[in-house]
Amino acid sequence: MAFKRDKKEEEDGGGNPFQNIEKTSVLQEARAFNDTSVNPRKCTHILTKVLYLLNQGEQLGTTEATEVFFAMTKLFQSKDVVLRRMVYLGIRELSSIAEDVIIVTSSLTKDMTGNEALYRAAAIRALCSITDVTMLQAIERYMKQAIVDKNAAVSSAALVSSLHLAKTSGELVKRWVNEAQEAFSSDNVMVQYHALGLMYHIRKTDRLAVIKLVTRLTKQSMKSPFAVCLLIRIACKLLEEDDSAPGTDSTLLSFIESCLRHKTELVIYEAAHAMVNLRRTTARELAPAVSVLQLFCSTSKPPLRFAAVRTLNQVAMSHPSAVTACNLDLENLITDSNRSIATLAITTLLKTGAESSVDRLMKQIASFVSEISDEFKIVVVQAIRALCTKFPRKHSVLMNFLSAMLRDEGGLDYKASIADTIITIIESNPEAKETGLAHLCEFIEDCEHTSLAVRILHLLGREGPRTKQPSRYIRFIYNRVILENAAVRGAAVAAMAQFGAQCPDLLENVQVLLARCQMDSDDEVRDRATYYHTILALKNRSLYNSYVTESLQVSIPALERSLHQYTLNVTDTPFDMKSVPLAAVEPLVSEIIPSKGVPEGTLLSTPAPQRLGVSKEESALETISNIPELAALLPQLGPIFRTSEPVELTEAETEYVVRCIKHCFARHIILQFECLNTLSDQLLENVRVALQPAEGYKVLREIACPRLPYNETSSAFSLLEFPEELTASTGTFGATLAYMIKDCDPATGLPDSDEGYDDTYMVEDIEVTLADQVQRVWKGNWGAAWEEAANLCELEDTYALTSMRNLQEATTNIVQFLGLQPADRSERVPEGKSSHTLYLAGIFRGGHDVLVRAKLALADGVTMQLTVRASDPDVAELVTSAVG
Amino acid sequence: MEGSLLEPTLYVVKGMAILDNDGHRVLAKYYDKNIFPTAKEQKAFEKNLFNKTHRASAEIIMLDGLTCVYRSNVDLFFYVMGSSHENELILMTALNCLYDSVSAILRKNVEKRALFENLDIVMLAMDEICDGGIIMEADFNAVVQRVALRTDDIPLGEQTVAQVLQSAKEQLKWSLLK
Repeated sequence: MAFKRDKKEEEDGGGNPFQNIEKTSVLQEARAFNDTSVNPRKCTHILTKVLYLLNQGEQLGTTEATEVFFAMTKLFQSKDVVLRRMVYLGIRELSSIAEDVIIVTSSLTKDMTGNEALYRAAAIRALCSITDVTMLQAIERYMKQAIVDKNAAVSSAALVSSLHLAKTSGELVKRWVNEAQEAFSSDNVMVQYHALGLMYHIRKTDRLAVIKLVTRLTKQSMKSPFAVCLLIRIACKLLEEDDSAPGTDSTLLSFIESCLRHKTELVIYEAAHAMVNLRRTTARELAPAVSVLQLFCSTSKPPLRFAAVRTLNQVAMSHPSAVTACNLDLENLITDSNRSIATLAITTLLKTGAESSVDRLMKQIASFVSEISDEFKIVVVQAIRALCTKFPRKHSVLMNFLSAMLRDEGGLDYKASIADTIITIIESNPEAKETGLAHLCEFIEDCEHTSLAVRILHLLGREGPRTKQPSRYIRFIYNRVILENAAVRGAAVAAMAQFGAQCPDLLENVQVLLARCQMDSDDEVRDRATYYHTILALKNRSLYNSYVTESLQVSIPALERSLHQYTLNVTDTPFDMKSVPLAAVEPLVSEIIPSKGVPEGTLLSTPAPQRLGVSKEESALETISNIPELAALLPQLGPIFRTSEPVELTEAETEYVVRCIKHCFARHIILQFECLNTLSDQLLENVRVALQPAEGYKVLREIACPRLPYNETSSAFSLLEFPEELTASTGTFGATLAYMIKDCDPATGLPDSDEGYDDTYMVEDIEVTLADQVQRVWKGNWGAAWEEAANLCELEDTYALTSMRNLQEATTNIVQFLGLQPADRSERVPEGKSSHTLYLAGIFRGGHDVLVRAKLALADGVTMQLTVRASDPDVAELVTSAVG
Repeated sequence: MEGSLLEPTLYVVKGMAILDNDGHRVLAKYYDKNIFPTAKEQKAFEKNLFNKTHRASAEIIMLDGLTCVYRSNVDLFFYVMGSSHENELILMTALNCLYDSVSAILRKNVEKRALFENLDIVMLAMDEICDGGIIMEADFNAVVQRVALRTDDIPLGEQTVAQVLQSAKEQLKWSLLK
């Protein structure tokens, strides 16, 4: 019986004698520390248990920790080396939880200066973890001695502890720089490394000192490979900062390059990695780095192969041609037993390889894609996305591969990245649309992620009705209504309604399905079904357009806020939808090329910072509300209609930097001038921008910025009224910055005297354009909206755009110039076409709809026939005249 | 590619861990307050890490934005973690130092049972290798020398009854196995 239990216990514990220990009993046992004669073996065992518990994540309360801590201090009387060392470790572990830990300062100081080398290093580290700024001064002398101690362990401990302390008492630690310098010449490699780390940390804010340090050290050879790596990183940092002195650059670069020939792999890789990641590296300078990485590709050490192929993958993104030389070595890695290495090798090859090798590589990767982690699968998906834009003809192979990946197991991020890629392909390649939609339909049949299913249903609703056979999608969508949760059912109902509105021959069937959905158990789904069913029953095309195919055009957070405000006031007037600012149209998903933010394939799994749900207009509103004079006027001005991108009014790197942001209201415009003073010996006061407004404009109010100290950004404002005559509303204003200068002390920023003098500074002219006065609006069905606007005012004109060389350039320029939203992806000109039609939509300030159709044809330059339909004749005239 | 150049700092190690063959933590230390601030998150990460690594002996993996290098022996898994842009070879050096130190402390008998018997010394060794994320020592000989390895066996008189029994059991086992 006893034997049986013993065996069972052994299996349970798996040979872990610490398996079943409990906090309370251990704390009880810890009282043994107080015994008059210390039993080292027993006490070490108990202390180990305490530390083990802490390491397992057990939380100790303050009193518990303090109690153990004080009991532990009794163990200083023991001569047992291990026990004493465990005590030091215990002090460090408990120092953050227990109270009154400074009680052991004197014991530790004694050990730190004693003879026993094994105690000294540990005592220094323990002491530095319990000490604070005031106490530190008392032990400063010992610390300085310890840094330059002959014993490497003591010196390292002192240097590393100083670096930890520098976070809290930086000023004091700065005084130890000479000692660090002395320690740097030590024979021990780790001491050298730690000393360099401390020296750099102390000096890092002083650029000149760092340059001096680095140039001196690059000339001497250091023994420690770690220290060389650190030096490479410091050199890179200097090189990345733009304003480095011209002479040092070449020294630093040649130092990094010389490290490619270092004797340890650690340093060689660090140097190669640095060369690849330096922004300034040219393809020629890259060559030696690439060739060492190529050598690493064939080593037997997996981490080194991994490091090499990962860096090559990065190179492939910026300089694909530089990596082609390594293709053979990479080919050998695609069957590597470490799947991460294989994946990176394949994605690198996909980036550098020719169209012909795509099929083979895809087959290879398909053989093990199920074995790799999600992070790498995302890398693969990103590589495929890049391929699709590069080789549009390969879309069928890639699409098949993606759909196979969609069917596999995987997390939301992974699935979302596949869906994103398919959507991008659909949008950029009309040929791939039908197959892409079919794959997505299949995917939602068995998709456990609600958010993804909803997105795909929305996409089906938008794209499905315009395919050759819209009816085939209905079945997939209706299946969702039967099988899914409420959110998905709601999205499915909305998607079906799109088909009803846009495909007359399907209307009857859709109505039947919608009628069935009115029995749904969920409120929202029923509401949507009833809503769509009623509208579709009216058979009125213009109602379809405004209430089914077009989505809400106001900014949702702003609508929420307005409604909240509305409910706070008791009033009889109905809520006015027009008072809500319009939402600026986000750029299409496909336009966000992954060059911004996190570069693709760098394997950063931390997501890019989430875009805040605040539009430009709303942040502008906040800025303006903070200025009391303007905030008082806001009720008269109405909601902000549009805020333009900032325009630089000065050259970069001038004395004063001024940027202009235009906030457009229904009948007024606020110009916000963001000023930055870059002169450290000047304080500017009463800063304003004097305007010479264009004809018809009236300056109503100027608000100066009272104080503009060095290196601070502050804004001045001007409020203008638009001219009555709409056609006069585009114009150019002359502008001058006017201010009072007071000379001041660069160090303190305080003015030398109260006397100042007035001065002015010319800045560039400000243009108010058409684009500033219109808000982009997304039309899901532009054609229908155009038909509907047939009875509005229409103007037509023909222009010759001689400066444009091709249609794409012309299209991009027109979109930018008019500030309208292109619809139906007409901003993309298919390649090889000699004519193109661009569809644009927007709203002019004051709530006038504007629709523009631009027919472009390529002949010597580009000829454009522009048709404008607008609810206000003046607006139409303004648009046509703006182009000319 | 911005951001992948590394800030010059000594703080290169984000964490070190020793797990057993069930993925349970034997010892683990995390040095960056921003990653895995709580024990719960740490253990979840360790579980995930273990699941991804215990079958393949690939030696390196990227997980949750960290580069993890690892080695295993019998029923122990050794890990060193660094930021995803960290020089993998530096992490590898730290890992080798950790493994070799433990191996020397346990007299080449790198197994869970032996490790638990010398847990105190292994704790000291981990502490000697890395302090708050800074690599303190990369040479295992120096580490072993600094952790005051017990060389002599304890005199019989100071052993507890349980210890005597344990060693007797061990000896019996060995004689039976021979």
